Amino acid sequence: MKKYYKEVYAKPNRVTPSRPVIFDEKKCTGCNACMAVCQADVFIPNPKEGQPPLILFPDECYYDGCCVEECPVEGAIKLNHPLMQRVRWKRKATGETFRVK
Amino acid sequence: MSHNNSYIKWPYPILYEQEGVASSDVLVLGGGIAGCWAALTAARQGASVLLVDKGCIIRSGCGGPGCDHWAWSGDNPACTSNPDEMAYKLMEARSNWTNGITSYINCASGYETLLELEQMGAKIRDTEDEFKGADFRDERTKMMYAYDYENRTIMRVWGATFKPALYSELKRLGVKLYERCQATSLLTAGGKAGNRVIGATGLNIQTGQFMIFKAKAIVMAMAMPARNWVFSTEHRGVSSFKPVVNSGNGHAMAWRAGATVTNMERSLSLLLDSHDTLPAYGDGNCNNTWHPCNMVDADGKAIPWVDRDGNAIKDVASRSLPSKLGQEMFLMIPGLGGKSAYDSKPPMLIADIQERVLKGEYKLPLYADLTTMPDDERRVIWGMMVGSESKTKTPILKVYTDAGFDPEKDLLQSYFMLGGSSMMREPAAPKERMIFSGGGGVVVDWNLMSTLEGLFAAGEQIFSTNGHASAATTGRYVGKRTAEYIQRVNGLEPDRLQVDKEKARVYAPIYCEDGVDWKEFNAGLCRIMQNYCSEHKTESLMQMGLGVLDEYEREELPSLCADDPHKLGRTVDVMDILTVDQMIIHGCMSRKASSSYLNFGRLDYPQKDPPEWHKWLTLKLEDGAVKKGELPIDYWGSLKENYEAYSKGKQD
Repeated sequence: MKKYYKEVYAKPNRVTPSRPVIFDEKKCTGCNACMAVCQADVFIPNPKEGQPPLILFPDECYYDGCCVEECPVEGAIKLNHPLMQRVRWKRKATGETFRVK
Repeated sequence: MSHNNSYIKWPYPILYEQEGVASSDVLVLGGGIAGCWAALTAARQGASVLLVDKGCIIRSGCGGPGCDHWAWSGDNPACTSNPDEMAYKLMEARSNWTNGITSYINCASGYETLLELEQMGAKIRDTEDEFKGADFRDERTKMMYAYDYENRTIMRVWGATFKPALYSELKRLGVKLYERCQATSLLTAGGKAGNRVIGATGLNIQTGQFMIFKAKAIVMAMAMPARNWVFSTEHRGVSSFKPVVNSGNGHAMAWRAGATVTNMERSLSLLLDSHDTLPAYGDGNCNNTWHPCNMVDADGKAIPWVDRDGNAIKDVASRSLPSKLGQEMFLMIPGLGGKSAYDSKPPMLIADIQERVLKGEYKLPLYADLTTMPDDERRVIWGMMVGSESKTKTPILKVYTDAGFDPEKDLLQSYFMLGGSSMMREPAAPKERMIFSGGGGVVVDWNLMSTLEGLFAAGEQIFSTNGHASAATTGRYVGKRTAEYIQRVNGLEPDRLQVDKEKARVYAPIYCEDGVDWKEFNAGLCRIMQNYCSEHKTESLMQMGLGVLDEYEREELPSLCADDPHKLGRTVDVMDILTVDQMIIHGCMSRKASSSYLNFGRLDYPQKDPPEWHKWLTLKLEDGAVKKGELPIDYWGSLKENYEAYSKGKQD
């Protein structure tokens, strides 16, 4: 039988949106350049050195993308638009539709 | 945030109640575009300068991430107009409901400011010849223009390079930067409101340290108020157009210090930042950055463009030219009605899209179709402009490109136009309003000094002033004026009692163990404004609104709680929002007439724009009471003469 949980804790709901950026932990060096440039001050440094910053205030993210631009490692941090704001487009030749992911 | 299922310690040292002191010749509050220009210009004149910002200055402020238009430079060499004519045209197009002083500074010094920026390393022209031969490019200077290609009043710029260039220059000049430090109040001589301003207080939002700044001249360059009618972190996300931290701190602290403000009654139906908008400039549209994009319906049928008289415009190139039927120039300003609006009306999509959708002529949804655009136009919209606008470089250009969007092959869906609206947005609910372009702020003279001695202002801090070029030019101008002013005055020591009172106000939320948080408080304030000061205003409703705000100030504000320095900063913001709400309602109660120009509706005074109300209504706080006054609509006198005298150092 599929094991679908480990342990259950009493936790409040996550804030929405809760994942304004997604880190690739394999690429991120924990340099905190993203944290330093964030004008909404949403990150705090990770207590574990070399790990991505923690997103303490995701609901304050302004999605200006400066953190992504400032990152010295391509692909270590990705802007993650909330589901309710993912715009669609249509390929003219085929009529097939796509969306921001 | 829990880490391994337990809370981690706050990562910065906690310095609550501890004081830091710094002094300089010039103190600039707010490190956005206006603040950076003010600080570096004062420093270039030899002044010692402190610059305080609650974000990080390399990218903070409305224009921090980018900017794609540099507007109204009547001094640019390819412009068919000149500064004087440009300023008057601009003011006429706005039916004179705009700030003559700051309009003139923008029109007269926009180009020279831009050249100075280029010297700092910013990109302002097509140096790589990417758009060689394009209609919108001046081949001699390689400058690029937007909208009206014939008159060339607005430049296309690579604004994402601007803030880093300004930041490097500030560092080079030795301007002392206080980042993550939020200005909370102005300090006045003898601690009395209405006296000369001699400094300011600040709160570090990472450590909670209290700062006392002392200076001979103080420049306020903080953003226009926001979050007064609508606020939700849940819904806004990437759709928020202006930084979430904008809350009108400068307006609130100027008010408490006794400065005169005006035009606080002006707000408009929510244009941006509603709960239902999509990423700014990130869906199919033909406004602003996307002008003049082709729009098509779901079957690919083109939506026609028309000139100001409703005549069809057949080709893309003609959408960037004034009407052949006797139009001199068009301006990208929302029409405020009357002859001036007609004179400057730009080409647009047909106005009756919705009716035609209902008749079955067009099938929804509509799309932006760059695939059929001339190559230069496609590349300048998707690439240069979307790569430079306030916050599109990564959120739109990079994210969409990474997800596979190709402007040569794909049609970008339009959501604003789902209901068939040809406007930039679907109409907002009557209660959803915002302060935006042309809103209220501090009254200034030709030195950009407020009514308080020693207190100057730049950018959106000044009433009816907005836009990137306006912020830059007024910042640059005020930097010079402060450098002159400090030659004539001495610094003064702050009043200890005033400092202590401010400390008690700022730190109160950390001593409150269980109460309301800043977000709920902000939402509660918005409800008050929606209920008592929305589209339909009456004296009695607004009187009630003031009463409810006072009640919240007495009963709910003392229960605001903040459990770390970051939240303490946000809590101070919402206290300021309450103050700005009071300013707005007092402003609205002063104007006893409706106005289509000001988007101002009074049910009890329905007559629109009676000539006797064409004047600025002023407000200030004096001995705890609101004192109301007025100024002539053109109180600045001759624009050209005064600009020429004061920009060369004339004193009052």
